[in-house]
Amino acid sequence: MLNDAEVERLDAEAVNSAKVRQPLYAARKKIFPKRASGNFRRFKWLVMAITLGIYYLTPWLRWDRGPYAPNQAVLVDLANRRFYFFPIEIWPQEFYFVAGLLVMAGIGLFLITSTVGRAWCGYTCPQTVWVDLFLVVERAVEGDRNARMKLDAGPWTLDKIGKRVVKHAIWLAIAVATGGAWIFYFADAPTLLHDFATGSAAPVAYITVAVLTATTYTFGGIMREQVCIYMCPWPRIQAAMLDEHSLTVTYNDWRGEPRSRHAKKAAAAGQAVGDCVDCNACVAVCPMGIDIRDGQQLECITCALCIDACDAVMDKVGRERGLISYATLSDYNANMALATGGTGKIDPARVRDANGKLASGLAHFHIRKIFRPRTFVYMGAWSLAGLALLYALLTRDRLEVNVLHDRNPQFVTLSDGSIRNGYTVKLLNMIPEPRTIVVTMQGLPGGEMTVTGIEQPAGRSVAIEVEPDRLKTIKVFVRQPLEFIEGEAQTFTFVVEDKASFERDEYVATFNSPGKSK
Amino acid sequence: MTEKHIDEATGIATTGHEWDGIRELNNPLPRWWVWTFYATIVWALAYTIAYPAWPMLKSATTGLLGYSSRADVRAELAAAEAAKSQYMEAVAAKSVDEIIKDDTLRQFAISAGAAAFKVNCVQCHGSGAQGSVGYPNLNDDDWLWGGTADQIYHTVLHGIRFADDPETRVSEMPAFGDIIDATQIAQVSAYVASLSGAPVADQAMVEPGATVFADNCAACHGDDGKGNRDLGAPNLTDAIWLRGEGEAAVAAQVRSPRHGVMPAWGARLGDTKVKELAVYVHSLGGGE
Repeated sequence: MLNDAEVERLDAEAVNSAKVRQPLYAARKKIFPKRASGNFRRFKWLVMAITLGIYYLTPWLRWDRGPYAPNQAVLVDLANRRFYFFPIEIWPQEFYFVAGLLVMAGIGLFLITSTVGRAWCGYTCPQTVWVDLFLVVERAVEGDRNARMKLDAGPWTLDKIGKRVVKHAIWLAIAVATGGAWIFYFADAPTLLHDFATGSAAPVAYITVAVLTATTYTFGGIMREQVCIYMCPWPRIQAAMLDEHSLTVTYNDWRGEPRSRHAKKAAAAGQAVGDCVDCNACVAVCPMGIDIRDGQQLECITCALCIDACDAVMDKVGRERGLISYATLSDYNANMALATGGTGKIDPARVRDANGKLASGLAHFHIRKIFRPRTFVYMGAWSLAGLALLYALLTRDRLEVNVLHDRNPQFVTLSDGSIRNGYTVKLLNMIPEPRTIVVTMQGLPGGEMTVTGIEQPAGRSVAIEVEPDRLKTIKVFVRQPLEFIEGEAQTFTFVVEDKASFERDEYVATFNSPGKSK
Repeated sequence: MTEKHIDEATGIATTGHEWDGIRELNNPLPRWWVWTFYATIVWALAYTIAYPAWPMLKSATTGLLGYSSRADVRAELAAAEAAKSQYMEAVAAKSVDEIIKDDTLRQFAISAGAAAFKVNCVQCHGSGAQGSVGYPNLNDDDWLWGGTADQIYHTVLHGIRFADDPETRVSEMPAFGDIIDATQIAQVSAYVASLSGAPVADQAMVEPGATVFADNCAACHGDDGKGNRDLGAPNLTDAIWLRGEGEAAVAAQVRSPRHGVMPAWGARLGDTKVKELAVYVHSLGGGE
């Protein structure tokens, strides 16, 4: 028997015990990103200019399609159910082209992410681009980081109120312009602009602009990084796309640690000193408000502004650039092993040669790392989808026929004993030009057809005028004399052909009769 | 109420309720939730005042806004009527032939006629207008009273053998069972069956049958048996038989003919609807 004191006490505590319980909600801490400058910042300006340019200008591009179709290069015509993209016109039943493009976009995102990390998040995502734009306004009105922090902490003076009003007014103007540009994709842009300005546009146009103004203002101005951290599913999925060969923004602590604010003093004292001077420049510029030195994290959108900030500091202190850099996990691990030498402790001396330069044995990213089975699979799938779409686009029909066979009654006996069947024939002229479509019967010996509304004796071929870019429905009666009837169901073919372009389509129809009863 | 009690473990006040030493923590609902809840109550009360809600002895309160779902339906129906009124007026003003020549009007009339047909005509003529024994098939090209749009219009408007309409189409075949004897009936039936090439049991009957036919039937059905649309006398040489095919069916009809009745639809549906029906029937494939 053990007495109470001898019973082993385990060092365990309930995870939700009252002592350690903390609120599940954390209030947002404001972020005041400092202006960065450098190569990546320049690249981001460029990307911003291109993406915003595409967004705002595309609806204003013109494309001549002749007199029977709109001349807007990119137009989603919901009212008439047509989608125009430069020379391509898509009908609703061809929506698979859009689905295919979405598949390509998805696989493309996988490909990009597996090679250069979250480049989408960091450079081209609308959330990133618009937050960047809003920050430009904020800096212009309120000043850079320190001025903004001071203003924010300060009392509500007239100056502060004025700056805030100006800032939010400009933000709202941008938001209105954002929502305003969107509606031009759905109607003729110049006409809609005029109608919109004169108050005669459709209510849905004003509602759309209002909704997008609200979301742009809220997401870009107010919520900012919280959209990425809490609302966007992509940061949670992207881990599945990354592997040890993917480039991500990395703090190279194998050369940065131990960080020190007083490097010379520490070195003189014989302590190991890394390249990081702990200036927090990387934290100050981060639009997500994180410290990249804590390692890869969900919040990081890999915008690379910390690289610019750190490179500038490294230039100043006379060290090589790249303390924060795009690096792969495998390179990082190799360099880390070199720096620790298996001791578990980083010694900066191990990665430097006798002259104090970075050692030659360090792993660096090589372009061939991009070509690995994973990226080949993504590239293959992406190309396959692209080629399939291209093939479908180049070989698609612009002339189609659909046939509905009358079911009630299935056949009609006429006074001379011949049998008649009725068909609803739909001719699809999918080009914006009027066409003469010749409908011809093949098979069904002795059979002849008449078309309601067309004054023409019964025959085996009839020419139909079809309006540009429209579907034409005709009622066709097919009649077969008694002596030719073979069995209760015979098949024959409706051939539709444009004699000018030799485009054709076929439909195999059934001809019903009571059979050879007499 | 007991005095205020604070739970030791959590530091939260309890409600004062206690069951065998177990106390209920007083964690009030968030204020925004409570106020939203109160707001919904206020809203609900206001709603019942603004809209019809409270049941009274005979009806319900009408509400301050005077809303009524029936009024909504009436307004929507009126809007639908107004939307098609221009077509209705055009149909009313034009003749059936003019309607058929106008592409838009024809489409409108066919759709409207198809709907009216399903309500008023399918009981006899079938949902596909295919008819049955005693009820004409309207798809085919055999017409008792003529197959032009105008003739069809007249037939629908005034009906057939409809006593209440003075302009109704009337034809009556006498009951030959009282006029000629059984042998003559068998002979003439064989002759009539042979006109359309149907099999005849005894070929010897055909020739005397022709004589019987010339004496009794040709007046209406014509010397060649092709009928007479002015009299509503059917064509006996074609493949279409209203009352059944073959000698026996013909004999039955000769002996004591049955006559169908079609109401005059003009009085019931109005002239416009009848025009639409005529255009629809004309479009089924047999129109002339």
